Amino acid sequence: MKGRNKVNSTLKYDLVVIGGGPAGMAAALEAKNNGVEKIIILERAETLGGILEQCIHTGFGLHYFGEELSGPEYAHRFIELVEQTDIEVKTDTMVISISKDRIVTAVNKEDGFIQINATAIILAMGCRERPRGALDISGSRASGVMTAGAAQKFVNIDGYMPGKKIVILGSGDIGLIMARRMTLEGAEVKMVCELMPYSGGLTRNIVQCLDDFGIPLKLSCTVIEVHGNERVEGITIAQVDKNRNIIEGTQEFVECDTLLLSVGLIPENELSKQIGIDMDGITSGPVVNEMRETSLSGVFACGNVLQVHDLVDYVTKESQIAGLGAAKFIANGGSADAKYAFTKGINGVRYIVPQRVNINSTEEIKLYFRVGDVYKNSKVVVSVGDEVLYEKRKQKLAPGEMENVTLTVEMLGKIKENDEIIVAIKER
Amino acid sequence: MIKDLICVACPLGCPINVTLDENGTVTDVTGNTCKRGFEYANTECTNPTRSLTTTVKVDGGKLPVVPVKSSSALPKGIMFECMKVINAACLKAPVKIGDVVVKDILNTGIDIVATNEVKA
Amino acid sequence: MFYDIAIIGAGVIGSLTARKLSEYNLKIALLEKCNDVACATSKANSGIVHAGFDARPGTIKAKLNVDGAKMMPEVCETLHVPYKDIGSLVVAFSEEEMKTLEKLYQRGITNGLDADSMEIIDKDALFKMEPNISPNAVGALLAKTAGIVCPYELTIAAAECAATNGVEFLRNCGVTAIKFENDTFILSTEQGEISAKYIINAAGLHADNISRMIGDDSVNIKARLGEYALLDKSVGGVVNHVIFQCPTELGKGVLVSPTVDGNVIVGPTTVEVEDKDSVSIAQEALKNVFKSACLSVPSLSMRNTITSFGGLRAHDVTSDFVIGASKVNGKFINVAGIESPGLASSPAIAEYVAEVFESIYDGTLEKKTNYNPSRKEPVKFREMTDDQRRELIAKNNTYGRIICRCETVTEGEIIDAINSPVGARDVDGVKRRTRAGMGRCQSGFCGSKVMEILSRELNVPINEITKFGGKSDILYERTK
Repeated sequence: MKGRNKVNSTLKYDLVVIGGGPAGMAAALEAKNNGVEKIIILERAETLGGILEQCIHTGFGLHYFGEELSGPEYAHRFIELVEQTDIEVKTDTMVISISKDRIVTAVNKEDGFIQINATAIILAMGCRERPRGALDISGSRASGVMTAGAAQKFVNIDGYMPGKKIVILGSGDIGLIMARRMTLEGAEVKMVCELMPYSGGLTRNIVQCLDDFGIPLKLSCTVIEVHGNERVEGITIAQVDKNRNIIEGTQEFVECDTLLLSVGLIPENELSKQIGIDMDGITSGPVVNEMRETSLSGVFACGNVLQVHDLVDYVTKESQIAGLGAAKFIANGGSADAKYAFTKGINGVRYIVPQRVNINSTEEIKLYFRVGDVYKNSKVVVSVGDEVLYEKRKQKLAPGEMENVTLTVEMLGKIKENDEIIVAIKER
Repeated sequence: MIKDLICVACPLGCPINVTLDENGTVTDVTGNTCKRGFEYANTECTNPTRSLTTTVKVDGGKLPVVPVKSSSALPKGIMFECMKVINAACLKAPVKIGDVVVKDILNTGIDIVATNEVKA
Repeated sequence: MFYDIAIIGAGVIGSLTARKLSEYNLKIALLEKCNDVACATSKANSGIVHAGFDARPGTIKAKLNVDGAKMMPEVCETLHVPYKDIGSLVVAFSEEEMKTLEKLYQRGITNGLDADSMEIIDKDALFKMEPNISPNAVGALLAKTAGIVCPYELTIAAAECAATNGVEFLRNCGVTAIKFENDTFILSTEQGEISAKYIINAAGLHADNISRMIGDDSVNIKARLGEYALLDKSVGGVVNHVIFQCPTELGKGVLVSPTVDGNVIVGPTTVEVEDKDSVSIAQEALKNVFKSACLSVPSLSMRNTITSFGGLRAHDVTSDFVIGASKVNGKFINVAGIESPGLASSPAIAEYVAEVFESIYDGTLEKKTNYNPSRKEPVKFREMTDDQRRELIAKNNTYGRIICRCETVTEGEIIDAINSPVGARDVDGVKRRTRAGMGRCQSGFCGSKVMEILSRELNVPINEITKFGGKSDILYERTK
């Protein structure tokens, strides 16, 4: 359902959700299920679904639906649910600014210039890929260098091959998925280079995307130069040492016409920064409490804009929390009796979301975190001061896989306001 | 003989050892932490299968291709042959999720179905 | 095709010259070997309008720099090109260097700068102006008439103005040979044969190749590579002026400067290279550039780099501009060796070339009565107020579709960029005219959309859209 803008008047909504991908949709639906009346989703692409629309591989929904779905199928489950409600949706609509008093400004062709007064806002803008410009790659500006996600869109949505002889830099899941995709579509994927000594992607993707096709994975290896005046003609790779410095003499020219970059995802927080909410320097996303509320009351964040997820199932769960939080805010305003303790990751725990937890919460709180290295046979320890609240043995922890621990109400009872809740890895 | 593999049935990726006799029959499986791992190990060593996802041409739609998947896992060895069959196919818009693109592909009893919709 | 004048090279010099000469009732062609204007040096330099104290006194460089810098603000205003008169500071880090500043000051006077347009300032005054300057700085030479401009926007604007006044822009039109018969030049080009009564050689890096085509070997161009890093807008306020270091024999040293769009530019390196047609950036070189730049502004960090780029400058072995009618053929005017301070001098160079042309022209020159020195002001959605945006979208709703999120560029602006006189034909052309793709995500989001719009507006399949013409294809065949 599309809303109609009246010229020169500001619209009023209970909840404005910025982003109609899996995060935005789940948040909007949960808010609706918890009694919020006027909700609108503003989406800049032509359809809802977010990045899932181009993620045509399967592996989505194993946890949430108990089924193995492709990206578009997973998205479609939620699109159908949204269509069954009176949640308004504007697509091809870009939010260009938000203000501290929660006025959302957006533009599109149909309505033109839109201004919405929101009681609550949910930020669900997702993330973007790290571009070449931010990398240490010398050489020319030939065509044929692009991010893996951009190539994925060309192949899966536009239906064009962006290259024939491919080198992929980065062994995160997007790089691995594209190695397989390009091979199936007839390209020659010569190798996947990975700067770290381990892959950032799921093991199942190493097996099904590289091993299955005999595509070599070169660890501790990076691309240092691009060659070619007009179109890429080749690249130079080199080995790196444990400090990620180039090892002289290991440079090697590889002939190719395409370099795909899968070197990191960055939450897209341009709008968040406009309203000056507190940001977490490690996640590059907003600082939030257990309801995913940011430092600006009434503004919530969920999905990849908050922290980069590897499983969309967790995005859905997180977004439902944000939707519920927004619903409670719209119904009751801020929670006056909230008392906060802060989470902190040490000894291998790179970050924790949420960064603040209300110790008066009557529900258990899940803390999501990522480790900075591969740990085998170790323990996750949650403690406050000298007291260990919880310990869990983990056979394997890896940077590419988000983990979680649960703070039960009983544990919360042992935490005082302003305490630091430490989550640490203890190796055996 | 003993085969080492990593189970890909779920993101845990348990390392599994599979013992096979001279006929290639699985006689022992260790290292799995669940039943799916056991099943995966068995099939992977005797008849490895893979889910196939790709796109197929669409005529008269808002988009030129639509994503498709195999309705269940296909024998690993026929991936590229399946791609040839799928690349020769064409759907007419409108396309709905679940529309059959190729029925019983290469006599496997498995269909290739659309996983997104395309409006005309 | 017959022309009165064929201008070879559509960089900032060729384009401003075309604009100037289009005042006359003459048939003019502006030839360019690439797919767009501003494809070589003019798109990849520091964008600085030098005040003019640096060039050696008595050189053409010195004269035209000072004149050009004086003309630049008005030329930019007329052409709707952003210009910022932020001034420049040559920073001294020792008493020795303070003496160098004195010399530069004197040189500025000799070159024709007003005494009150320059000032040697002390440490305290410097820190007040530039709080992020290194604490090791002891003073600086302030030049108030220095400024910054976007060099390719100036080129595009000048070319659009020239086209509006009747100049024909011929792209993908490299010149391979020139004959002179019956008082007319016959140029063999990639687009066929062209005849012209007069030729203006503004071919930049290849000006010597072009002049040799008529047997003139007085021009000798060496290519010098300059590599730059561009920093994110979030550090845009780190300096307020163009910050120079004291010059050495190799050049003006490493500079740190704001750009007109709010980024920070750091560079350049200076490397003489053999290949005049390829630009390859070395990350090691950029690291050294940063080390050097941090001597002036210690807080600079490579982590803020959003992209890096390189540009080749055409250095004539005489170390000066080579501007004048050829001794081999008086109807062939060389405008060569336009390295730094070429951009700053460019409006004055165009006037000087026009004077040379007037002196060699056979006959009476008539000026057009309907000459328009300006061009259509481009829409810049990102700079508009909400009310202006509302009005704009109501008039034309293609301005309501934002294509580039990072730089807030609308579909309407991209369509304008393609359909304007001397319009964009490739992704980089759209980028230079609209800034789509120049932001933090470096066209990650908008890249395919820009290609879709180009494909639609130019009525070609999307896989024929290139990055910058030639063989810079982006997409191959359809998958199905």
